[in-house]
Amino acid sequence: MSIDLKTIKHISKLSRVSVDDQKAEKLANDLNSIFKFIEKLNELKTDKVEPLTSVAETSLKLRSDEVKSNNIREQIVKNSPQDNEDYFVVPKVIE
Amino acid sequence: MSKNKSEYLISRKDNQYEVVIGLEVHAQVTSESKLFSTSSTKFGAEPNTQVSLVDAAFPGMLPVINEFCVKQAIKTGIGLNAKINKRSVFDRKNYFYADLPQGYQISQFKDPIVGEGNVILDMPDGQKKVGIERLHLEQDAGKSIHDLDPQNTFVDLNRSGVALMEIVSKPDLRSPEEVSVYIKKLRSIMRYLGTCDGNMQEGSLRADVNVSVRIKGSKDLGTRCEIKNVNSIKFMQMAIEYEANRQVDLIEEGNSIDQETRLFDTKKNETRSMRSKEDAHDYRYFPDPDLLPLEVSDEFINKLKSDIPELPDDKKKRFIDEFKLSPYEANILVSDIDTAKYFEEVVAKMGKNKDIKLAVNWITGELFAVLNSKNIEISQSPISAKNLAILINLIKNGTISGKIAKTVFELMIDGNKDPQKIVEEKGLKQQSDPKALEALIDKIINDNREKAVEYKQGKEKLFGFFVGQAMKASGGKANPQLINEILKKKL
Amino acid sequence: MSDITKQSLSELVKNIKNKKVSSEEITKEFVNRSEKSKELNVYITENYSSALDKAKKFDQKPNLDLKLPGIPIAVKDLFCTKDIRTTAGSKILNNFVPTYESTVTQNIWNEGAVLLGKLNCDEFAMGSSNETSFFGNVQNPIDKNLVPGGSSGGSASAVAGQLTPITIGTDTGGSIRQPASFTGIVGLKPTYGSCSRYGIVAFASSLDQAGPMAQNVKDCALLQEVISTYDSKDSTSINFKRNEYSKELTNNIKGKKIGIPKEYRVDGMPKEIEDLWQKGINYAKDCGAEIIDISLPHTSYALPTYYIVAPAEASSNLARYDGVKYGFRAKGENLIDMYEKTRSEGFGAEVQRRIMIGTYVLSSGYYDAYYLKAQKVRKLIKNDFNEAYKKVDAILTPSTPSAAFKIGEKKDDPVSMYLNDIFTVPVNLAGLPGISIPAGHDSKGYPLGLQIIGKAFDEQNILNIAYAMEEKIDFKNKTTDWWIK
Repeated sequence: MSIDLKTIKHISKLSRVSVDDQKAEKLANDLNSIFKFIEKLNELKTDKVEPLTSVAETSLKLRSDEVKSNNIREQIVKNSPQDNEDYFVVPKVIE
Repeated sequence: MSKNKSEYLISRKDNQYEVVIGLEVHAQVTSESKLFSTSSTKFGAEPNTQVSLVDAAFPGMLPVINEFCVKQAIKTGIGLNAKINKRSVFDRKNYFYADLPQGYQISQFKDPIVGEGNVILDMPDGQKKVGIERLHLEQDAGKSIHDLDPQNTFVDLNRSGVALMEIVSKPDLRSPEEVSVYIKKLRSIMRYLGTCDGNMQEGSLRADVNVSVRIKGSKDLGTRCEIKNVNSIKFMQMAIEYEANRQVDLIEEGNSIDQETRLFDTKKNETRSMRSKEDAHDYRYFPDPDLLPLEVSDEFINKLKSDIPELPDDKKKRFIDEFKLSPYEANILVSDIDTAKYFEEVVAKMGKNKDIKLAVNWITGELFAVLNSKNIEISQSPISAKNLAILINLIKNGTISGKIAKTVFELMIDGNKDPQKIVEEKGLKQQSDPKALEALIDKIINDNREKAVEYKQGKEKLFGFFVGQAMKASGGKANPQLINEILKKKL
Repeated sequence: MSDITKQSLSELVKNIKNKKVSSEEITKEFVNRSEKSKELNVYITENYSSALDKAKKFDQKPNLDLKLPGIPIAVKDLFCTKDIRTTAGSKILNNFVPTYESTVTQNIWNEGAVLLGKLNCDEFAMGSSNETSFFGNVQNPIDKNLVPGGSSGGSASAVAGQLTPITIGTDTGGSIRQPASFTGIVGLKPTYGSCSRYGIVAFASSLDQAGPMAQNVKDCALLQEVISTYDSKDSTSINFKRNEYSKELTNNIKGKKIGIPKEYRVDGMPKEIEDLWQKGINYAKDCGAEIIDISLPHTSYALPTYYIVAPAEASSNLARYDGVKYGFRAKGENLIDMYEKTRSEGFGAEVQRRIMIGTYVLSSGYYDAYYLKAQKVRKLIKNDFNEAYKKVDAILTPSTPSAAFKIGEKKDDPVSMYLNDIFTVPVNLAGLPGISIPAGHDSKGYPLGLQIIGKAFDEQNILNIAYAMEEKIDFKNKTTDWWIK
């Protein structure tokens, strides 16, 4: 298997990381060597193996339906890159 | 079950097309706090005031599931006659959007909490069973506001993380009318259960509508388009009509249909392609490693089953059996839980000697008219069920006539007054004393001798005249039955 | 007391309790030494003046019943600390100041400790040499231009260089044990679910675990007993009976069965590592333990499995760094442009590489072949351990396949870098506790570590074995304070 530049561009789009041609080339090389090493898993037959869902052998605990978090808007928007007291602000979205 | 007498078909030249519709309904779970965080779900708060560190996806914040939301989903599943899955898994659906702070939505993909079920629709030509594919729990996203600023989009995360139930139907619906009945029925069931308030204006209930068309009689499904996030029944119906016709036109012109996501433009009344969604189709679902599989026991499910109230289908059946209502009347009374509650309270308050038929007529007639004209819900009715019951009993026991009752009803609207008191205060009590009425009638006959003679000579129409005179003389309070009897005797 | 920074945690606590020294004096000494140790580059954010203030406050009203009374501690910059910048070693969080505290650090402050500063680490804990940090390399106190290991490289160097008496790191595939081994200190990765993940910047949620790093096993046990608590804010936190590890610590391990897995004798393993392992086996025998040969047949599949699972989870965990709510934002013409530029400029090369791997293995058409397959193999690896633990109480292996290497040596070869974690990764995949203790030196005098792997929730047992072996090994770190000017 080989990961080509088209694939790199596709996954960079999915992961929202811009990648120019030079970077794509480097990434393709790196990923190919990493996947060569990952392909070792193909040696194993796993048809009848149940996948692991969690190493924590316990079931999901449920919390009660109580409102505990109050209005902390100041804290919430404090770190946002574009200042606004009420909202998070992002460049215009075109639907 | 369906008799298909009134099929919805689209005709072009020699071809007749059938429309195939499936819905993904997003219903907001009624709960105090969000699905995975402890912030409030209340509608209409100031922007970003109901946002916790978890909702805004701050580094190191983790989801902890709300038990009540799990119960609500299971209850809804029970109401949809569906299989409850004792083990379900939360997955991450990965995509980027300004109002999706985590960069993924926690949802259920392979193992939903509720499996297959069904809903019965009452159509004019009989009942129709619509299959439910599944119901799963997921987080709602925040809200992007595009019109506050020309350069920027503003994001409000108050809704981010609120619990939603996605209810996926099988492609069993065949017309805009069926879609309307289906949504109303779902809404009705969830309101009975208290699992979703069904308020479409506030966005508590919205749907993605999958539409495809095929030549009538064909067994294969056509290529479908998904119309995203439609938030009223009317718009769903309009969108389906438009979309089905668009697809038929394409086929008739020899074109094929692209499977795509579309948007319903409510101003232009048309659907259009949502290009922004196109490259986001690879959601890279995988089990959320911050959560473990959700496991519920038989006891947990059985306890919820035992708490399920009587649902619309059962209530309707009981109303027909117990109160001898027609299926039509029963439908009207059970479709909304508040109407059903009101009706049952009236019935209870009427006591032993009750007139159900009269109660149904008054609720569906006078009361509905008032609610309509005031544009309010029955839960806000200006006349309490108790007072309406008293009024109906006053008619039933002859204290007032039906006509006077209408006057009393008008007076009750302002301030929910006790009809008994109104009758007493205004002296509207029916005159049922035969002696007094005889005297009154004697006087009328005396005053109208000529007419009395004409009547006796066979001009029977004049009977009405005497009744009218008697009622007038009594100020409308005379017992009409007694008047009739006495007049017949005297004339 | 001039040798304050050389004292172990236990000694410092004893001296504070006996009023031989004040919190302020101790804190001052660690601050002074830290100030003189800038060349090690262990701090991302210093908190010295606030630490001194807190130390003074402690002295005014000392509560000597606490477990860490007035002890200054620097922590890995992956733990969110209230009102103190938290970067995860990344440009994308360069200016991020949390308004909340992680559960693990809160537990430390609750026991009287004060925060000295935030320690350098690989960006988002992705790395084995601390070379991926936006804030630069960390120097290993052992030798100039030597990597301290990673990702808790700053933490390891800070303890080895005596800039903090103890510290906490996080371990996803070896990030506590490998740097502990490279710097000649003790590092414990607890059982998954033992320490809360609340408030720790996530790398791979199903593998991440916080743990103590210290000069000796006893200090490690004490810190573990402080940080390990059940936390309802973390759905994967497990409610089990937690020991008072330091109180119950014993060097009596007579009759304990210790397994030696043959699969860890990997091809091309340096002779010094093989010798170290044999030395370890002999020490264990000397302590009265019984040595048993065991097999963990799927060991060689652990690293490939890890390099699917960890990047997959990371690609999703790091989606929240999008320039919208906090952290770095690049200018963009529209939302998507902003996202792509922010993440391309905000994340370093290794993080981007792992996001790409993770996105790829989860993407449509590849999920079954990679992610699902990896979760199945993970099950097989876990089953291997379950089988082994029917026969033995603990497992002894080397911590790393080599001693520390030079800065830059492996930077351009990701696979050779990844091989560093070959002995530590299986432990994370199976959710087990593992401890690395310093056990010897290579030919250049660089420290080498041994790893003891326990059953789930059996931290006490591996701490005891480590404690007993530590006594026999009598390891001395060969540091020269070369960086102090």
